[in-house]
Amino acid sequence: MTSYLFIILGAVLVNNVVFVRVLGLCPFMGVSRKLETAVGMGAATTFVLTMACAASYLIDHWLLAPYDLIYLRTLSFIVTIAAIVQFTELVIQKTSPLLHQVLGIYLPLITTNCAVLGIPLLNIGLGHNLVESMLFGFGSAAGFTLALILFAGIRERLEGADVPVHFRGTAIAMITAGIMSLAFMGFAGLDKFK
Amino acid sequence: MLELFRFPGGVKPVSHKEASAAAPITRAPLPKLLVVPFRQSATGAATIQVVAGEKVLKGQIIGVAEGAFGSAVHAPTSGLVRAIESRMLPHPSGLAAPCAVIEADGEERWVELSPLDPFDSDPEIVRAKIKDAGIVGLGGAAFPSHVKAKTVIDTLIINGAECEPWITCDDRLMRERADEIVSGAIILGRLMAAKRIFFGVEDNKPAAAAALHAAVGGMPPPSPQPLSREGRGAFHADAQTIQVISVPTLYPAGGEKQLIRVLTGIEIPYGKLGPDFGVQCFNVGTAHAVARAVQHGEPLISRIVTLAGNFARAGNFDVLIGTPIDALLALGAPLPDTDRVVMGGPMMGFTLHDTAVPVVKASNCLLAMSPALFPPPKPAMPCIRCGACTRACPVVLQPHELYWYARAKNFGKTQEYHLFDCIECGCCAYVCPSRIPLVDYYRFAKSEIRAREREKLAADLARERYEFRQFREEREKAEKAVRLAAKAAETKAKLAREEAAKVGAGETAIAGEPGNTETALAGEPGNTETASVAPVNDKLALIAAAQARAAAKKAAVAPQNTAELTPDQQAQVAEAEARRALIDAPKDSA
Amino acid sequence: MALGAVVLGAALGFAAVKFKVEGDPLVEKIDAILPQTQCGQCGYPGCKPYAQAIASGEADINCCPPGGEEGIRKLADLLGREFKELSGEHGIEKPKSVAVIDEQICIGCTLCIQACPVDAIVGAAKQMHTIIADQCTGCELCLPPCPVDCILMVPLPETLDTWKWKYPVIEIKSAHHA
Repeated sequence: MTSYLFIILGAVLVNNVVFVRVLGLCPFMGVSRKLETAVGMGAATTFVLTMACAASYLIDHWLLAPYDLIYLRTLSFIVTIAAIVQFTELVIQKTSPLLHQVLGIYLPLITTNCAVLGIPLLNIGLGHNLVESMLFGFGSAAGFTLALILFAGIRERLEGADVPVHFRGTAIAMITAGIMSLAFMGFAGLDKFK
Repeated sequence: MLELFRFPGGVKPVSHKEASAAAPITRAPLPKLLVVPFRQSATGAATIQVVAGEKVLKGQIIGVAEGAFGSAVHAPTSGLVRAIESRMLPHPSGLAAPCAVIEADGEERWVELSPLDPFDSDPEIVRAKIKDAGIVGLGGAAFPSHVKAKTVIDTLIINGAECEPWITCDDRLMRERADEIVSGAIILGRLMAAKRIFFGVEDNKPAAAAALHAAVGGMPPPSPQPLSREGRGAFHADAQTIQVISVPTLYPAGGEKQLIRVLTGIEIPYGKLGPDFGVQCFNVGTAHAVARAVQHGEPLISRIVTLAGNFARAGNFDVLIGTPIDALLALGAPLPDTDRVVMGGPMMGFTLHDTAVPVVKASNCLLAMSPALFPPPKPAMPCIRCGACTRACPVVLQPHELYWYARAKNFGKTQEYHLFDCIECGCCAYVCPSRIPLVDYYRFAKSEIRAREREKLAADLARERYEFRQFREEREKAEKAVRLAAKAAETKAKLAREEAAKVGAGETAIAGEPGNTETALAGEPGNTETASVAPVNDKLALIAAAQARAAAKKAAVAPQNTAELTPDQQAQVAEAEARRALIDAPKDSA
Repeated sequence: MALGAVVLGAALGFAAVKFKVEGDPLVEKIDAILPQTQCGQCGYPGCKPYAQAIASGEADINCCPPGGEEGIRKLADLLGREFKELSGEHGIEKPKSVAVIDEQICIGCTLCIQACPVDAIVGAAKQMHTIIADQCTGCELCLPPCPVDCILMVPLPETLDTWKWKYPVIEIKSAHHA
């Protein structure tokens, strides 16, 4: 049981997908302007990533490995993820049209979110079983959501700040992300969770 | 002894009350010209009842309450209405609004007054009296008192806290006219069937509290018989139900919700008012005005104004509403280095744009400022989020957050932080180590939000009207179509009858089948089609010949009813003709 | 691989039918931001059609002069798009005005009544017309049809009800200035 906890905590804090692995930066910068959007994006990504980890494990384990099709791994993972993303998009469009509109292009772009492809591939590399894969996927996505929400909160406050003209907009966002990344390096001290 | 409570936050500025509180209230001399604004409070206006050139008597009504929150306005003295015109008001905007300019005749002739026996009148009549007397809250907000006195409550609080520095008008009023304040309080208590009356007086005014004590003790017990309306008027004045309570001096103890908290322990939450918890609060000046209005029939035409600050003779003056502030200031002999005049106190007041504006019902204090007495504020520095404002806020807001979002014009966030709970008391700005004018930001944000709400309402109205117009246009179009169809049918029937008559008279051969002819002439394609696909027989040729003859006859007779047709009708006729031509063509060939 | 694609395609097709969206609540949200002037400056015959055009991606968010920068900012916020300057081709932002008919000149032709999108003009044929100021949106649609040019646009004056506290002008100064 504790090993599962370690997997989740390690994925959320120590190896945070955004700040430490530097994956999924596109939606991280793109949809972090408002807190509500960030929460929506985080939820969507969490769902997609957890499902993608499960599906990719199953495909890898039962389809690719037995038939010696490992060279198709990336390709087949992308197809699977694309299908899950499309499904998520349909559901969001139905349940929350506004979130759908706000997430806009970033929703289909989850497909090409390197975090979503990267985590399943990492799973294979780390030799996780199905449950571990899903937990790792969920933990990483939770880490992504955490990063996104923290960052959105900061950016909302930054809107009222006296930022020097040349640093306004994306520049100050990049600087903020860098400082946050430094802060997350502190979690490397949690040696057990690596 | 009653247990007292404490409200959160608050500050203790130096009171500076001694200078103006020392001398008794002086009656200000009658000015030559008085300017009485028809709009005395932020909420409601009055409908103008006089015209230029009219003679008015002292206390004569010149504007009646308009709308639910309006209040009446009266002539402060007898004289001639010189003009009804727009004059600048004592308002932070410096904008002008309609005023009556009255030239005093110096005779001070009163209009006929009709006092009431407050203990023997129906509460509705007493309330109407308060409304007609134009009584508004004299603490500064000038909210109409008859509106506030509508509810049934448990505890009536008479606010004599007067927490703001420099101001002493309530202090002097309590010392000198305590009897009338207590009478007014009892009248208000009866109106609202209050079970107890608390006078809250800050403990830095012992003389005022003592005077009220004496007045409460010396009040004759009011007539015991209760009034007809359910339970109202059952109020008995005795030592148990009226208490004068000294409250600790702490700004803003005179805030309505703060004083309620101190005296009763009730904390009124966001969006609620005192009456929701059985408490209502009136200023001592208002209670005094109520007593004058009910017992003497006098409308509210004067008030006590404190002259404080940079004056040689600071003090309190009994001033007629409409007196130019210039003239009033002269009574206090302002020192030569006076650079601006603030209406209200140093915490919540605003600088007057011009001292030519008149005294209004809300003018409790005129504070003369000089660079020595009130040094100009040093430049503000950035907020360091020290939290001093949060500790000082009497309504437990987070002023630094409100400031942050108001400054960024993020009004949605300011509302999430309950901007509209802010009472603009100025405690946060008072304690701010960075000297940020916080209240200015809140006022800015509040008025922006209100403006947006107004725009939203206007937009909703416009949308509704636009959609209704579209609906109406659709309906009219449909109605017109129905009308035209009816008219066309009528014309068709008429033509058919005429043709039938002609054909019937001329051709016996086709008399058996008049239907076909009719339809052909009227131009209805459906029937003709059946005719054309009908089995060819001998009759068909006959019919065709008859039709040709009929057409020739019809062509010879000019149509009778096409003289004055509308374009629409002409178009329809043309269309019918075209259809007829089409129908005739194949038959001819056949 | 191909089999997998077929299976996934079928699943998605089913989902598309199952989660079909009816109506578009987004239009309402956009319409609520638009100023409801109904002026047609955006090139659409009213605010609602423009809202529909924005929602379908047909029109840009910067075509509404009465809404001004503020309106564009709100739309950008709602739709998660970048703020854009007001496009010049649709007109410029003007202070809020209402139309006023010069009653001496009006000939009672009713043309302006037909043009008004919010029925804010009262009058009858050969009778002098007048505008209900409270209901006038200032769209200026009544100006072109008037044959005698008797309609003027008058900016709304500031009153005690509409007056606003100004943004505090006291600058935040850095420490070395103080």
